[in-house]
Amino acid sequence: MLRDVTLGQYIPGNTLLHKTDPRMKLIISILFIVAVFLAKNIWAMLALTVLSFILVFAAGLKAKMIVKTLKPIIFVVIFTSVISIFWRTGENLIFEFWKIRIYLEGIIYAILIALRIIVLVMGTSVLLSYTTSPIALTDGLEQLLSPLKKIKVPVHDFSMIMTIALRFIPTLIEETDRIMSAQRSRGADFSSGSLIKRAKALVPIFIPLFASLIRRADELAIAMECRCYVGDNGRTSMNKLKYSPRDFAVLIAFVGLCAGVVLISRFIPGPTF
Amino acid sequence: MSYIEMRNVCFSYEDDTCENKAVLDNVSLNIEKGEFVAVLGRNGSGKSTLAKLLNMILTPCSGEIIIDGVNICEDMSDEAMLAVRKKIGMVFQNPDNQIFATIVEEDVAFGPENLGVESSEIRRRVDEALATVDMTEYARHAPHKLSGGQKQRVAIAGVLAMDGECIVFDESTSMLDPRGRAEICEVMRKLNKEKGKTVIHITHNMNEAEMADRIIVIDDVGIRLDGSPKEVFSDVQTLKELGLEAPQATELCDMLARSGFDIGRGIIGEENCASAIERAVKLRRA
Repeated sequence: MLRDVTLGQYIPGNTLLHKTDPRMKLIISILFIVAVFLAKNIWAMLALTVLSFILVFAAGLKAKMIVKTLKPIIFVVIFTSVISIFWRTGENLIFEFWKIRIYLEGIIYAILIALRIIVLVMGTSVLLSYTTSPIALTDGLEQLLSPLKKIKVPVHDFSMIMTIALRFIPTLIEETDRIMSAQRSRGADFSSGSLIKRAKALVPIFIPLFASLIRRADELAIAMECRCYVGDNGRTSMNKLKYSPRDFAVLIAFVGLCAGVVLISRFIPGPTF
Repeated sequence: MSYIEMRNVCFSYEDDTCENKAVLDNVSLNIEKGEFVAVLGRNGSGKSTLAKLLNMILTPCSGEIIIDGVNICEDMSDEAMLAVRKKIGMVFQNPDNQIFATIVEEDVAFGPENLGVESSEIRRRVDEALATVDMTEYARHAPHKLSGGQKQRVAIAGVLAMDGECIVFDESTSMLDPRGRAEICEVMRKLNKEKGKTVIHITHNMNEAEMADRIIVIDDVGIRLDGSPKEVFSDVQTLKELGLEAPQATELCDMLARSGFDIGRGIIGEENCASAIERAVKLRRA
């Protein structure tokens, strides 16, 4: 039941997007998010939608990945769009029933909001989670934020915490499975009864799980100390991140595209937010 | 001077003065460079504690520990600690709890990265360490998908990459299946014989202790037996008192000797046992 949780959502590949420096991809993602929020009208939004589809295919992902990405957010998309239909008032009334009035502006607004969420999720998942391995992402984040070390932000510690969390997710899932089987073999029932009853049945899972977690943490800390870990002091790295000309080319292309989107939203008239 | 020297070491988890509940009481021992030592003892006899004292995870309440000519109980600074931990690497019991990275080679690189070694040199060491433990093909794998024996080999590679002189295996085989055990024992032998590392293998498995050059048996009161496997295993009686069992072949020979066969003591391994029995039977017939 818990087996098929994957570590991150990284899909190995050899495309341009895979090869781009993780730091660059983080910067590009931020640019992309900014562009999404600056896109005020329907044409700019459509341009961004096309752009995110191009990203999906540039990353060598299959069309069904799009479906898989959007599945978890369908509820959010529908919920926000439905709310915005009623939210927005305008001049072109198209439907009226009792106190409910739906305007054309409301419908356009709903479409824009839906597109915005879809584009946002799709673009960032392609740029970050699908084409960047978790470890590259943590490394990239650490190095990108390293100037913050000067003002005593423990950047290295955060990235170490992230790495360890990522490493132990599968181990913990296995362990939860094991404990659940052990409890089940002694007659525990996790799947029937009221919600409260089921929640109570989980207590005997959490207690041993936490006990073992603490033991693991202790052992891991000792093992890390034995390998001379003293935090960030004087550490080097095996795979030093280096920007290549290709990374800058990708950045420039992206800046151009985002600027284009902003210009479209500024100067081409169309239904806006 | 020996590579590792412990002089009158006392340690207690309860208090700093070791007045009560001492786990180690007045333990002294020497280990030479390049030796392959097995430390045997029941559960709770203090053998893991002994290991943790060697690289300053624990500090004794009295006594001296001298490693490579440096008394590690005198200087408790970070630099001194790093120097000791660089020399004496540790591989622990649970393979899951020593690997922290999501990719095998990243984990192996952790030690040298901490020591501030240059990138290209780290690369070289990681490749070499993985080749030594025969895990090169798994370099880019996720550790949680490996078997217990493979994870433990990754942990060994992580220690090797620090380029230390001595490796302590703290019951590193006890959670593995027979195949994993055999793999790790083979790696230990290789490290000792081919790479010249000092190996200290803490275990309660007699068959694994056999392959060492020297066996130290400890219990609550301290070191009880110390010698070659032949010497230690010939004292089946003391081993029994300590709650340990000699390997089957050795015990069989011991029983035969006690019932009047002229077979000799401290016979190790099935083949030696078989030929010894053959000899004894021939002697008796003659």
